[in-house]
Amino acid sequence: MHTKMLLKSATALTGLALPLATFGPALAQDQVDLRMTIWSANEAHLAMFNEIADGFAELHPGVTVTFDSLPFDSYTTTLTTQIAGGNAPDLAWILETTAADFVNSGALAPLTETFAATEGYELEDVTEQATALWRADGELYAYPFSTSPFALFVNNDLITEAGAQTPAELIAAGEWNWDNAIDIAATVADTGANGLIVRDFNYQIWQNLASIWRGWGTDPWSEDGTTCTFADAEMVDAMSFIHAAIFETGAMPGPGENVDFFTGDAAMTITQISRASLLPQGDEAFDWDLVPLPSGPAGNYSVIGQAGIGAFGMGDNVDMAVEFLAYLSNPENSAKLAQFFPPARQSLLNAETLGTTNPLLSPQQLENVVVAGITNGVVLPGHAGFAEIQQVARAELDALWQADADVEAVLTSVCNRITPML
Amino acid sequence: MTVAAKSSSPPARKRPFWTMERRDSLAGYLFIAPQMIGITVFVLIPLGLVFWYSLHEWNVLAQTFRFQGLGNYQTLLSDPGLPQVLGATAIFSVGLVIFNMGLALLLAVLLDQKLKGITLYRTLFFSPVVVSLVAWTIVWGFLLQNNGGINALLATFGIEGPNWLRHPTTAMISVIVVQVFKNVGLNMVLFLAALQGVPRELYEAARVDGTPAFKQFTRITLPMISPTVLLTSIITIVGSLQVFAQIAVLTQGGPGMSTTVLVYYLYQQAFQFHKFGYGATLSILLFVVVAVLTFIQWQMRRKLVFYEN
Repeated sequence: MHTKMLLKSATALTGLALPLATFGPALAQDQVDLRMTIWSANEAHLAMFNEIADGFAELHPGVTVTFDSLPFDSYTTTLTTQIAGGNAPDLAWILETTAADFVNSGALAPLTETFAATEGYELEDVTEQATALWRADGELYAYPFSTSPFALFVNNDLITEAGAQTPAELIAAGEWNWDNAIDIAATVADTGANGLIVRDFNYQIWQNLASIWRGWGTDPWSEDGTTCTFADAEMVDAMSFIHAAIFETGAMPGPGENVDFFTGDAAMTITQISRASLLPQGDEAFDWDLVPLPSGPAGNYSVIGQAGIGAFGMGDNVDMAVEFLAYLSNPENSAKLAQFFPPARQSLLNAETLGTTNPLLSPQQLENVVVAGITNGVVLPGHAGFAEIQQVARAELDALWQADADVEAVLTSVCNRITPML
Repeated sequence: MTVAAKSSSPPARKRPFWTMERRDSLAGYLFIAPQMIGITVFVLIPLGLVFWYSLHEWNVLAQTFRFQGLGNYQTLLSDPGLPQVLGATAIFSVGLVIFNMGLALLLAVLLDQKLKGITLYRTLFFSPVVVSLVAWTIVWGFLLQNNGGINALLATFGIEGPNWLRHPTTAMISVIVVQVFKNVGLNMVLFLAALQGVPRELYEAARVDGTPAFKQFTRITLPMISPTVLLTSIITIVGSLQVFAQIAVLTQGGPGMSTTVLVYYLYQQAFQFHKFGYGATLSILLFVVVAVLTFIQWQMRRKLVFYEN
C-alpha cells in the first residue's frame, strides 16, 4: 500500500514537472529585457525614449526596453567597467572620440543588413558623410543619432554696452572672422565682464578647441591618424592666437576661472545648439543670438559633435537589440529624436522640420547654423586609443596654459609624446 | 607472572572525543567563521584574482583575455611615467603625514587644556571627518580656483594669490591641505584620548624638578603617547597611498602629471585606457608598497614606542 502511494505521488509530480520543464524555458525565452545606457538624465529625453520603447513593445509583445542614465563625465569609463564585469548593456550611446575603439574592436553588432531589410527604413537617406565615423570595411556598426554643430551663442546686451559691433552686424558686413570675433571678446573683457568661453574646455578637454583651430585648417593628426600634426605651422599659429587671447588681451577667461555664459557673465560661448535650453528666461533673460563659427585664415568651416548608438554583439538578445535600433532610427522616430538631437537623415535636415522641434531658434538661425553646420561639418578629432592620447596630450598641453609659454616648443613636445600612440 | 602483569596495568580508558577542550575550540572557530569567510570572499579571493589578472592582457572591448606571464611586470619596469607617479605619491604621502600628524598633535595638545567651550572647539575640528569627501573636495575646488574664495580673501589684504590648482607646486600643496583639513580631526581625537591617559603625577614630578614645558613634552608626553603615534602614522600613511577622490575632483592628475599619484594612475590605466591587466599589476605594486611600509613601521615600534609594561 505504502509503495503504491509512493508510486502515485511520483507519477503525479512527474506529470506536473514535465510540462513546466518543457514550457518554462520557452516562456522565459519569449520575455526579452533590453537595456540601453545613455548619458542624459533629462526627463524630456527619457520620456521621448520611453515613448519610442513603448511603440516597439507594442510590435514585439514580451520585449521591454529600459534606459540606464550614466553621468556624462564618467560615461565611457562606467560603460567599459560594466562590460568588464560581464554586465554589458544591449545598446549604448557612444561618443565620437571613442567611436574608433568601439567600431574597430568587434564589440558592436553589424547593422547594415537589418537596416536594409527593415521596411520603410530608407537607409540611403542617412548620408555617407554622417555615418563615416561608424563604419568599418563598409559595414555600419552604430547609428549617428545626434549630429550637433558647434556655434556661437552671443550676449548682444554685453557687446553693445561695451560699444562693440555685434556678430550679426559683422556677418551682414561680411567681416565675421576670428580677428574681429576676438576683438569683440577683448572689448567686453575690458569692461570687467568676460569675453569668449569655449564651453566644456576647462583647459582639460582640448579637443573642443577644434572649433577654433579648424579655422586655421589644421588638426592634431593627419587624416589617416598616423602622423602628429600638433607642431605644424598652422596649429602653432592657431594655438598662438588662443594663447594671446587668454594671456595678452584677456579675451578668454584664463585657466582656473569658472565662468558661465548662460548666467549672463560672458559675451560669447562656443558650444552645441542643444545648449539653447540653458538660456535664461524671464527677468534674467538677455538679448541673445546664435551665429556660425567665424571664418579663419583657412576660410569658412564648421565642426560637429556626434554621438552614435550601437548594439553590443556579446549579449543574449543581439538580434532584438539591432531590431530595436532599426526601429529607434527609422524616419518616424528620427523625426521625434530631432527635437533634441540634430538628425543624420537628409530628409529631416531643413529649417521647416527642425523649426517645429526647436522653437527657440529662428528659421534663419536653423538654416545658417544647424543645416549648414551639419551639411559641411567635420566631426571632432577622434582616434583609436583616444582616452590615453587625450590624457597624455592634456598633460603636455598644461605647459601651454602659462603666460610665458613657448607655444611651438610645447606643441613639439605634445607630438613627441603622442606619436608612439598613433 | 602473567596474572601480576595484568593486574598492574588496568585496561586503558578510551578518552571521549567530545572533550571540553574540543568544544571550546569549535566554539572559537564558529565565532571567527563569519569574519574568516568574509575575509576569504572579499579580500583573499579578490587579491588572488588581481594577481591572476596582472598576468594577462585583457582588452575589455574586444573581449580578449590572453595570458602573457610577466609581461605586465616588464611593462611596469619600463613605464616612463611611473617614476614621476611614484615621486608624486611619495611627496603627497610625506606632506600629508607631516602636516596631518603635526597639526593633529598640536590641536590635541591645545584642546587638552581646561578652557571654556572646549567641547565646541573639539566638535568644530572633528566635524570635517563626517562630511562627504566628494562634497568637501568640490567646495574646496571652488575656493581654490583662480577667481575663487581663497584668492578673493587674499586680495582684501592686497595679496595676489597664485593660481592654486594650475601650478605643479601649489596644486600638490592644495591637494595635501584639502586632505589634511578633511581628516585631521580623526588623528586629533586619537591623540586627545592618548594625552588624557598620561598620568598627571609625572608632570607634577617634572614641575617640582623645574623641567621646562617643552622638555616635559618631549620626555614625558611623546613617549607616553608613542603607541598612538605609531597607530596614527600607520593609518595616515596607508590612507595617503590610497588617495583618489581629491585628485579626481581637484586636479585630474595635473598640471602635467604633478599630482598623478599611484591610485589615480592605476584608475587611468585600467578604467580610462582599458588596460585592465596593467591596472591590476599597478595595484599589486601598491599592495607591496603598503605592506612593506607597514612592516617597517611595525618593526620600528621596538625602538620608538614606549610601553609601560
